[in-house]
Amino acid sequence: MTENLTTTVSSKSQTVEISRNLPTVIIGERINPTGRKKLQAALEENNFTIVRQDALDQVAAGATILDVNAGIPDGDEPVLLKEAVRIVMEATDVPLCIDTADPDALSAALSIYEGKALVNSVNGEERSLGEMLPLVKEYGAAVIGLCMDDDGIPESPEKRLTVAAKIIERASKLGIGPEDIVIDPLVLTMGADHNAGRITLETTELVVKEFGVNITMGASNVSFGLPDRMHINAAFMAMAIHAGLTCPITNPLVTELTTAVLAADLAMGRDEWGTRWIEAFRSREKSD
Amino acid sequence: MSEVLTSISNAIIQGKKDDIGELTQKALDEGQSAQDILYKGLMPGMDHVSDKFKAGDMFVPEVMRSARSMANSMKILKPLLIETGVAMIGKVLLGTVKGDLHDIGKNLVGMMCEGAGFEVKDLGISVEPEAFVEAVKEFEPDIVGMSALLTTTMRSMGDTIKALEEAGVRDRVKVMIGGAPVNQSFADKIGADAYAPDAAAASDVAKKLVKKS
Repeated sequence: MTENLTTTVSSKSQTVEISRNLPTVIIGERINPTGRKKLQAALEENNFTIVRQDALDQVAAGATILDVNAGIPDGDEPVLLKEAVRIVMEATDVPLCIDTADPDALSAALSIYEGKALVNSVNGEERSLGEMLPLVKEYGAAVIGLCMDDDGIPESPEKRLTVAAKIIERASKLGIGPEDIVIDPLVLTMGADHNAGRITLETTELVVKEFGVNITMGASNVSFGLPDRMHINAAFMAMAIHAGLTCPITNPLVTELTTAVLAADLAMGRDEWGTRWIEAFRSREKSD
Repeated sequence: MSEVLTSISNAIIQGKKDDIGELTQKALDEGQSAQDILYKGLMPGMDHVSDKFKAGDMFVPEVMRSARSMANSMKILKPLLIETGVAMIGKVLLGTVKGDLHDIGKNLVGMMCEGAGFEVKDLGISVEPEAFVEAVKEFEPDIVGMSALLTTTMRSMGDTIKALEEAGVRDRVKVMIGGAPVNQSFADKIGADAYAPDAAAASDVAKKLVKKS
């Protein structure tokens, strides 16, 4: 078993450590216009009120890092992303996960970011590795690597491991260490293929065993097309944490999910005296 | 209606993909035509599935099983339909646009359209505009269906329509789009002929489009 690595990200005033020896870190996913028509419309009008409110709400709900995505059709992504990052930095103290596939937008956002950002994301495609990784290096950021490449998303855990290995190797050549790489094994929906969840869990185990790196995923996709999604998402979240997931990108406003994360942390021996679990219980009681 | 056609409809609804081949053969042996099996057995079954899915009473895995059942029956019927010159109701060319790898919604659209009696050709994911153009020339579809799940890739839909125009084939097809980030006003903006909010709606829209043309 490879040693568990610690990924450190920071804002101007806060440092967050991600590790399998520490409680799970929730990366709040809400600041993303994909599938959120109101946010999309607001960004089209350069209105960042929702972005600001989403930032505040998610931190209040327990997000320790916030994902920021400002990709809208026909939008000027470098300008929008930079402004969204600025607004969120102003509103909260948490470190940010800068979410874009556009090198210009990434560069614009990183240029004003104060601290060590997490970049979301690179993948195994040549274009992505060639254009995005040098920026990650230049700004001293950490980066999420998606287990897909020019041929799409591999079906088997072994092939996804190969893509993870390629990303880690290419980063290392630029001087980015594995502690600054967070691998996303990718989650497809079990609604379309009942093996999708198992493949993700096995990929996670393989990557952790081989490299000891931190693991992220957008875990809610797993239940798409199925009824009663929340129960699936909560169970899958706990299982993924057992497999090695350390920083899920998810919606912290959904109590079922945050509760599953806390329960999993408790079961993994990462919540001494059950303090966090009990605290969360009391705060739920109070809000009822 | 004949008992065996009703059983075929029910087998589609219940997703009995392993039994439907036998049922199809039985229907043929009883003297049912391939056309009647398709139009009075398979399609009413898929219509029911489509309605239930739209209403939220059936779920993606069930729809996929029904579609697989339909495909298993069509394997037997297709050569017979071609032999007797029975036309499908139209041809649909499908693809997820360039840069986008999401395929569940697009696959469901394909299944629903097949269930509605279309011949479907699926170009897969991250399809370049030029690939759509080539396929339009070759496959000669009535409808081109494009899917995108990302706000960053939906613009490829407009690029594809432009490519169809530049190649001089835009008038030969109706263009239908769908996917989480798109809507009717986006469809209007890029000059698509129709927008479908979900897979079940897509097959209805497709039916309307071929009626119009």
